[in-house]
Amino acid sequence: MTPALPASGPLGPQASAAAPRRRSLSGPALAAWLLLAPWLILFALFVLWPLGEAARLAVLQTFGPSATNFVGGRNFSALFADPLFWIAVRNTAIYAATSVLIQLPLALGLAMLLNRPDVRARAAFRLIFFSPSLVGVVYVAMIFGIMFEKRTGLINRALHSTIGWDLEYPWLQNAIMAALVIASLWQWVGFNMVYFLAALQNVRQDLMEAARIDGAGPWARFRLVTLPAIRPVAGFVVLLSVIGSFQLFELPYLMLNSSAGPENRGLTIVMYLYQTGFEIGDLGYASAIGWVLAVLLVVCAVAQRLLSRGEEDAA
Amino acid sequence: MTRSVSNSRTAAFVGVHGLLLIAAALMLTPFVWLLCAAFKLNEDVVASTFLPLNPEGFLGVAWNRLTVIHFRTLLGSLGLGRAALISVFLSATTAALATLLCAAAGYALAKLQFRGRTWAAALVLAAVTIPGPLLLAPSYTVLYQISLLDSYWGLILPAAAPAFGVFLFRQAMTSSVPDQLLEAARIDGCSELRLFSLIALPLVRPMVGAFMLITFLGAWTNYIGPQIVLQTPAKFPLAVFIAQLKGTYYQDYGLLMAATLVSIIPVLGLFLLLQREFISGLTSGAVKG
Repeated sequence: MTPALPASGPLGPQASAAAPRRRSLSGPALAAWLLLAPWLILFALFVLWPLGEAARLAVLQTFGPSATNFVGGRNFSALFADPLFWIAVRNTAIYAATSVLIQLPLALGLAMLLNRPDVRARAAFRLIFFSPSLVGVVYVAMIFGIMFEKRTGLINRALHSTIGWDLEYPWLQNAIMAALVIASLWQWVGFNMVYFLAALQNVRQDLMEAARIDGAGPWARFRLVTLPAIRPVAGFVVLLSVIGSFQLFELPYLMLNSSAGPENRGLTIVMYLYQTGFEIGDLGYASAIGWVLAVLLVVCAVAQRLLSRGEEDAA
Repeated sequence: MTRSVSNSRTAAFVGVHGLLLIAAALMLTPFVWLLCAAFKLNEDVVASTFLPLNPEGFLGVAWNRLTVIHFRTLLGSLGLGRAALISVFLSATTAALATLLCAAAGYALAKLQFRGRTWAAALVLAAVTIPGPLLLAPSYTVLYQISLLDSYWGLILPAAAPAFGVFLFRQAMTSSVPDQLLEAARIDGCSELRLFSLIALPLVRPMVGAFMLITFLGAWTNYIGPQIVLQTPAKFPLAVFIAQLKGTYYQDYGLLMAATLVSIIPVLGLFLLLQREFISGLTSGAVKG
């Protein structure tokens, strides 16, 4: 039985005759647009259209989505004179700076420890350090919100029994920023460590060995061999952390029971955006905050670009 | 001499592992504490740090005081099961749809020649830089205008077309789908759409796994999206359900921790299954690009 053979005779020329017509119907260009279309449609609906809306809303005062009132540039002039907005900017900037300055060196340190050739159970350590980043910020806020409670919370209890810390110390009233930095350190240090660990694979071992033979100490080897090799990834991780930090919202909002905390000590830019847009209902003012945040982030990205380019030129 | 070298090596070995063990213990503490609190009565949560203590029991632990009452309450009268099912539905649908759409678009941009390709690629790159919070308020008015507020599609569809997904899949397709293979299949009469689904997609399987997990995780832990889009409490997924629970039962630590435990275990389990793909997918953008 050879069912394939007779078919090849009559089908052969027919198929080749149909080929040019078929190509014009389903050639690569048409296929490309067919494959691109679903994404492009959703993107146009849910990114491009909202982007246009963001521009329209920024010059309106609204109460909910339908009641609007044209105010022109007054949203922005009011925003820059708004003390609450500046509290939010200050809090967010402090959080971003402290979390980058504390978290990233620790992440790099952990990566360098794990990267040593004689480390046992590397995969287990990596898993333990990384797993908090899978928890999700809502649940981190749940866990740390209770851990930072006075008297009953784990943190005060542990500090009380080890260094005699005040069991009644109200972290969530007096030291919200410190609590936020600690909670997000737990959540993200392992995530950043994974990036540094990947970057450390770019460090040339022959160069490291040569430096060691030439008598370079650990600090000199780190500065002259390790750091240049991981610089591109380090720049990326810093940028990612700054961008993430500037979008801080759920962690303080949920740790502080849907509020900004006493004297707005936990107020962040996105929390202020959320409160004005969705608790007060002024989507126009919220959009203005969104634009200022976007400009801030673009400035950060451009600064990082320029800095890393400057370093490349210097090297 | 050799002894001192081996001594200092041993000291370094002990020091490095000591530091790693301390760090690991600190990182695990919140998990252990969460696990203990979820099975304790509220008076025990307040009275003992980890497990309920009893001077006579094994190691001072009163095992018989552990309880599953919080899980009963959550699944029974509070309706956690419903919220969990909603979360599974939302996250799975979002992940499947986003992966399919981004892989298709990424394939088209990486492997097909067509007019407008550079334009589309530039659009993707520009879109990656748009910060999410900028779109919060305007997305709400858009969803209002197309009547998708308080609907699951109002959550799924906006999350199903992330630009960074197209970016990642374009990279993966460029590096792991050879042009000769596509050309050979074309000559054999394979249609363009089947080239994508039968040849290109299987070749980027690691990225498919990583990206599905990333988008699943993103949808599972998304709080602000459902908080803004959904209005009917019966429609709330886990993240919003639990935030509301905290508002009502803020003193009920055991109950809150039991709910948190139920919410994070599925994601941690999924990650353990797909660990390798996930980490390679995560770092590929930074290291290769």
